[in-house]
Amino acid sequence: MIDNGLPEGWELVVGLEVHVELATKTKLFSGSPNRFGDEPNTNIDPVTLGLPGALPVLNQHAVELAMRIGLALNCTVQPSTFHRKNYFYPDLPKAYQITQYDQPLNIDGFLLLRGGVRVGIERAHMEEDTGKSTHFGGTGGRIHGSDYSLIDFNRAGVPLVEIVSRPDVRTSEQARQYVNELRGILVAIGASDAKMEEGSMRCDANVSVRKYGDPLGTRCEIKNVNSVRSIGRAIDYEARRQIDLLETGGSIRQETRHWDETDGRTHTLRTKEDADDYRYFLEPDLVPLAPDAEWVERVRAALPVLPAARRTKLAELTGADVDGEAVAVVVERSQDEYVQTVASLGGDAGRALVWVQQAFAEEGEQPRLPASDLAALTILERDGKITATQAKTVLIDMLDSGGGDPAAIAAAKGFEALDTSVIEKFVDDGIAAQPDAWAKYCGGEEKALGSLVGTIMKLSKGKADGKVVTAILQERRGI
Amino acid sequence: MSDRLSAAVVAKVARLARLNISEAEVERYTKQLDGMLDHFADIDGLNLADVEPMTQAFPLANVFRADVEQPCLDREEVLAMAPAAEQGRFRVPPSGGSDE
Amino acid sequence: MSNDRTAIGIAAAVNSGNVTSTSVLEEHLARIAERENEVHAFNLVTSTQARERALEIDAQIAKGENVGPLAGVPIALKDNMCTRGVPTTCSSKILEGWKPPYNATVVDRLYAAGAVFVGKTNLDEFAMGSSTENSAFGPTRNPLDTSRVPGGSSGGSAAAVAAGFAAVSLGSDTGGSIRQPAALCGVVGVKPTYGLVSRYGLVAFASSLDQIGPFATTVADAALLTEIIAGHDPMDSTSIPQKAPSLLSVLDRGVEGLRIGRVTDLPEGADADVLEKLDAAFLALEKVGATIVDVTLPSLSFALTAYYLIAPAEASSNLARYDGVRYGARVAENDINTMYANTRAKGFGDEVKRRIMLGTYALSAGYYDAYYGKALKVRRLISNDFADAYTKVDVILTPTSPTVAFPFGSKTDNPLAMYLCDIFTIPTNLAGHPAMSVPFGTGQANMPVGVQVMAPTLGEEVMFRVAASLERAS
Repeated sequence: MIDNGLPEGWELVVGLEVHVELATKTKLFSGSPNRFGDEPNTNIDPVTLGLPGALPVLNQHAVELAMRIGLALNCTVQPSTFHRKNYFYPDLPKAYQITQYDQPLNIDGFLLLRGGVRVGIERAHMEEDTGKSTHFGGTGGRIHGSDYSLIDFNRAGVPLVEIVSRPDVRTSEQARQYVNELRGILVAIGASDAKMEEGSMRCDANVSVRKYGDPLGTRCEIKNVNSVRSIGRAIDYEARRQIDLLETGGSIRQETRHWDETDGRTHTLRTKEDADDYRYFLEPDLVPLAPDAEWVERVRAALPVLPAARRTKLAELTGADVDGEAVAVVVERSQDEYVQTVASLGGDAGRALVWVQQAFAEEGEQPRLPASDLAALTILERDGKITATQAKTVLIDMLDSGGGDPAAIAAAKGFEALDTSVIEKFVDDGIAAQPDAWAKYCGGEEKALGSLVGTIMKLSKGKADGKVVTAILQERRGI
Repeated sequence: MSDRLSAAVVAKVARLARLNISEAEVERYTKQLDGMLDHFADIDGLNLADVEPMTQAFPLANVFRADVEQPCLDREEVLAMAPAAEQGRFRVPPSGGSDE
Repeated sequence: MSNDRTAIGIAAAVNSGNVTSTSVLEEHLARIAERENEVHAFNLVTSTQARERALEIDAQIAKGENVGPLAGVPIALKDNMCTRGVPTTCSSKILEGWKPPYNATVVDRLYAAGAVFVGKTNLDEFAMGSSTENSAFGPTRNPLDTSRVPGGSSGGSAAAVAAGFAAVSLGSDTGGSIRQPAALCGVVGVKPTYGLVSRYGLVAFASSLDQIGPFATTVADAALLTEIIAGHDPMDSTSIPQKAPSLLSVLDRGVEGLRIGRVTDLPEGADADVLEKLDAAFLALEKVGATIVDVTLPSLSFALTAYYLIAPAEASSNLARYDGVRYGARVAENDINTMYANTRAKGFGDEVKRRIMLGTYALSAGYYDAYYGKALKVRRLISNDFADAYTKVDVILTPTSPTVAFPFGSKTDNPLAMYLCDIFTIPTNLAGHPAMSVPFGTGQANMPVGVQVMAPTLGEEVMFRVAASLERAS
């Protein structure tokens, strides 16, 4: 049983649908620019507006990017077709969306989360985006009760890939990891900038609950989840809502619910009397898409090393936990290659990882500090020439100056690692200065250690290595 | 006579197609469409089990365009043809809630 | 020279300087002025723009430039082809006054060849019909007998050529909408192979069936027009990746050695006078060296059903964009769904509404397999029948229309009766093959009869060869 935050006996089942805007120059079926933030209705053409007589023609680069996504997710790329999904909505210019239905481009893949959790990918298909509606009047700009809407079609026709996972996610934390991991992959392969805050990556969650061993429960689709954090909150709320309902004898109605970030709840979207029948049929204005084996192989061969593989490599190099924060953060920042360079120059990979995680948040992929300088610093540490605390001070100096000789800087600051016998003397003085704390510590109170170490560090003017001090105190205590 | 198609189904189809037709029209269309479907029942007797649907008149595949920008339409020319426009955008009455 | 009203004759005369584009245009405008009130071929006569264009052409000729193979030729366009800045209504209230911001590809190609556009012609609303009686702006009348229909849906384009308002015109054909009016008005009408002519800018009715094609008074003119408008267009994904065929050069080859198919299980419904002319056509071709071979097309009798499930289904989707949001008419309401429903109810005519509903039904959940799904399979059967027949023959001849032009109102009571006008033309749209109608004698009430020549995919050459022979014999 994993810890899903739910009352005992309840299992959470989540499937995720992620829509990704592809980083192409132009739209999926026409040559208008694919750009965020331009003046409304300036990136338009007959196809985008659904004018009478307009016809779609498929953007080859969009196909390339869609294949990259599929292959990066371990999917099979197969011959595919496009269908029309028919419904009426003002931001849908043709009153149908061109999408992929029963023959999508990518199928049967998977994504591995940290800790080896495997989430199946059912499909990753291509489709076009809609325009954007802004609602005015009524209650604070939300759909219900508003007076009118204004439509901008700049986004209409932007290429999307919809990635549909199998319902393999079992906790809200896994859901967040899934989305983060997916985002990392999308950015690494250049398919999308995957920014949830700009709408280039959108996430819907299908949530259901069941007692362990029971068949799948009825699921609800949660929309309007606009950040990774919201994904967790929305799933947690919805799971509780469903459990409460079921435990009081109610039943779950299969529906689409809207997540409200401000009140922290999901709400029913007003259902129409007749749920829309999309009347899918093969798009007669397009022809089948069947990338040949050579093209697929070229795309596969050109894929960069993906984040998961990079984390494994970094963990092996540094000895750190592959599922730990340090490795995750450094790979996310694309600073793992830098760490490798430091190691290849003779530096201590483990120490380098720690420093890069702690101090390089603002540095980007190409840190200003030359790898050789960081290597030298970690060597000083490894050889016991300076303490960790001293090294940090030197590092900050080096970062400020964009480089430097760590040995020289340490010397200039009068840093040197103290001899153990010298440290033993400072420990004597510290114990003498704080007999009560020493007594408490000897009696088993671990909390007393902190003030003892602090006193000793002060006495040594920061030159004693904190780890060594602690070790000496522990040894003297003898417990 | 009207065993293929009921007025209720015709009314539902009209809603799906966003056509506001009167009750009299529903009745008339039901009769006419029912008559047509009667005629179209001639294909019911065909054995189509092993027949592949024909969706393309001419077999083409992999037709693409390059990811290169083309000139856009002039927004003013387009909005001049719009039934209602404001702030560079198309204006419409509110929806009763969407499904997308 | 000035008596040769063919496109080929006019272009030669204008290019050689023997006659001005302006004088040719004025002749045609005069005929329009004389009879257009009676015939109503046009939704819009674009005389001002035409005159400007004619002057431009004359100026170019004066400078010694060759303007192109259609120099100064007055051309009419069916009002479902986008013409930038010029209203394109599809003869529907829902698009009344709408001016496209772009040109259809065929319009650009004709313009580049030196054509002079005289106007947008009337049609059955959104190309749905066989008599042009479904136009929201009033019917077009057959110039040969104004008590009778010109056929449809491209009735205006057919009438414009028959009445001499334009030397040639363009129509669109989804189930026979070029060939049938051509037959009823006594002119030549061509539906090319599906994909041979770009559909970019043609307002869609049924996407997998629609094709643009020419009306002309001679087979040669029709060949010239086809050469100019055909050929790959990157703006249309269904466009065949080939250049336009060379057709003028084959017209004199004759039919010696060709095998002409006679369909022995042709669906019933053709009048005796029409069948008589078909027989005469077979005889005429035999006389000049062709062999007549009997073929059967057993699935042909199901073509009407397949068509009237597939075409309305695609149309119901293609016409959903007329929702009052971005262009066209709108009935203002307080919520969007009422706006949609009232805009479309008011803007669309009866036949259009009927087909939208039939199509929506055929695609809807629970009915798809029984209707649309099955129709696609019947389509395959028809295609297979043709493939089989074309192993034995080079072309197939049938009547174009089961009757000569009929009086107004005679088929409007029962929609199905009107649909039966297309029984001989529909199969080629389903198969995607080319077909054309050639005038061949007259029938009842002295009205013209058309003979349909059908050929396999990309068989335009052999089709035009046979058509030219028929023309010589008629």
